[in-house]
Amino acid sequence: MNELVSVQGLHKSFGDNHVLKGVDFTIPEGSVTTLIGPSGSGKTTVLRSLNALEIPEAGIIRIADAVIDFSTKPKPAQLKELRAQSGMVFQSHNLFPHKTVIQNVIEGPVVVQKRPRDEAIADGLKLLDTVGLAEKADQYPSQLSGGQQQRVGIARALALRPRFVLFDEPTSSLDPELVGEVLAVMKDLAVAGWTLVVVTHEIRFAQQVANQVLFIDDGVIVESGPPADVIAAPKHERTRQFLQRILDPL
Amino acid sequence: MSDASWKLIQDAAWPMLLALVKVTIPLTALSFILGLVLALFVALARMSAKPWFFVPARVFISAVRGTPLLVQLGLIFFGLPEFGIQVPAFTAATIAFSINVAGYAAEVIRASILSVPKGQWEAGTTIGMGYATTLRRIVLPQATRIAIPPLSNTLISLLKDTSLASTILVTEMFRVAQTTAAPTYQYFSLYALAAAYYWIVCFGLSVAQGRLEHRFDRYVAK
Repeated sequence: MNELVSVQGLHKSFGDNHVLKGVDFTIPEGSVTTLIGPSGSGKTTVLRSLNALEIPEAGIIRIADAVIDFSTKPKPAQLKELRAQSGMVFQSHNLFPHKTVIQNVIEGPVVVQKRPRDEAIADGLKLLDTVGLAEKADQYPSQLSGGQQQRVGIARALALRPRFVLFDEPTSSLDPELVGEVLAVMKDLAVAGWTLVVVTHEIRFAQQVANQVLFIDDGVIVESGPPADVIAAPKHERTRQFLQRILDPL
Repeated sequence: MSDASWKLIQDAAWPMLLALVKVTIPLTALSFILGLVLALFVALARMSAKPWFFVPARVFISAVRGTPLLVQLGLIFFGLPEFGIQVPAFTAATIAFSINVAGYAAEVIRASILSVPKGQWEAGTTIGMGYATTLRRIVLPQATRIAIPPLSNTLISLLKDTSLASTILVTEMFRVAQTTAAPTYQYFSLYALAAAYYWIVCFGLSVAQGRLEHRFDRYVAK
């Protein structure tokens, strides 16, 4: 598999809080990578650095042909190029409440990518069909369930035709019985060959779907590898403790 | 009320209505629109992290809110000619009211923009939008919904405040009432009529506000 993303020496602080202390990893094209770790470990910051929602103080991020060395202040055009590589699905969906489902999906393609509206709508309806929501195209986000909102969020991210999709705890704010429908869509995307990067606490999803698991704690990658290693046979004590707490909270 | 009062009301009702339609309402509408445009830029400057934007914005808001509207009107109409700047009365009133609206509405707009969750900005960024596009297509439409009630207050206040333009000789409705009543010393009937006219227009604005709120609420879960 070709390497799509490479991250070297990522550092990020919020005030005095040194959140990322040198993070390195690569992501092969067509793979699913899950980032797991305790809250406050820096996993979401890693994810948000990949589309420059957070600007690291140091480190190099290379995505396909776009490269940024964050040791110098990046130019707006560089950030824009980096962001154009990915789509993002948020924990709290962040759909545009004043736009209908299909309007949410075509906003990026029409307004930013200047694609013809008819074409964008046709593509958007296909994507909504993929996530099982074609009949909801003309509804507002507030009329949908949490799981449906999150699936629209996925369609909106895919509509940009990105090279890969970032997921920031996509099921964490859902009612437990709605988690499955979102994970099922993500699994379908993985099967269809999409490159996904997922911050999640769904260990079973990581186990079944991921090619690569990165366990992050205290701003560094403690352990990485296929789920058969990191989850089934963790080498490090911190990884073992974390998985134990998650899998057997009592 | 005496027959003379009724006669006065009958004679003044039409000229006052004309002044309302031809001067008071246009002055209000023009000042409100210009004021809102200015207010948007002041609000954006006020939210900027850069001192050369937010400092002037704060000073502007403070000055407008810290001085009486009547004084602002006088400064522009009676004061500027000392510096060789002659402004016609209607123009002077429009400038003063626009600036006044901008000072108050800037804070309303700022609060409304800040009430839109940060995630909306982030979602705009991740689909490739820059600041201006996200503001225009994502944030402002949502902020507008929040801003309608307080901005309606501003508009209703402005409509009534245009009566202050009578002091700089703009022949808006209240000035017509004053000049008609003056020779007769029967102020009550014509001032009451003026009050009624203002009230009717304000009532119409309140109804319009309700409809607008209803329209902007269509996407909100009930």
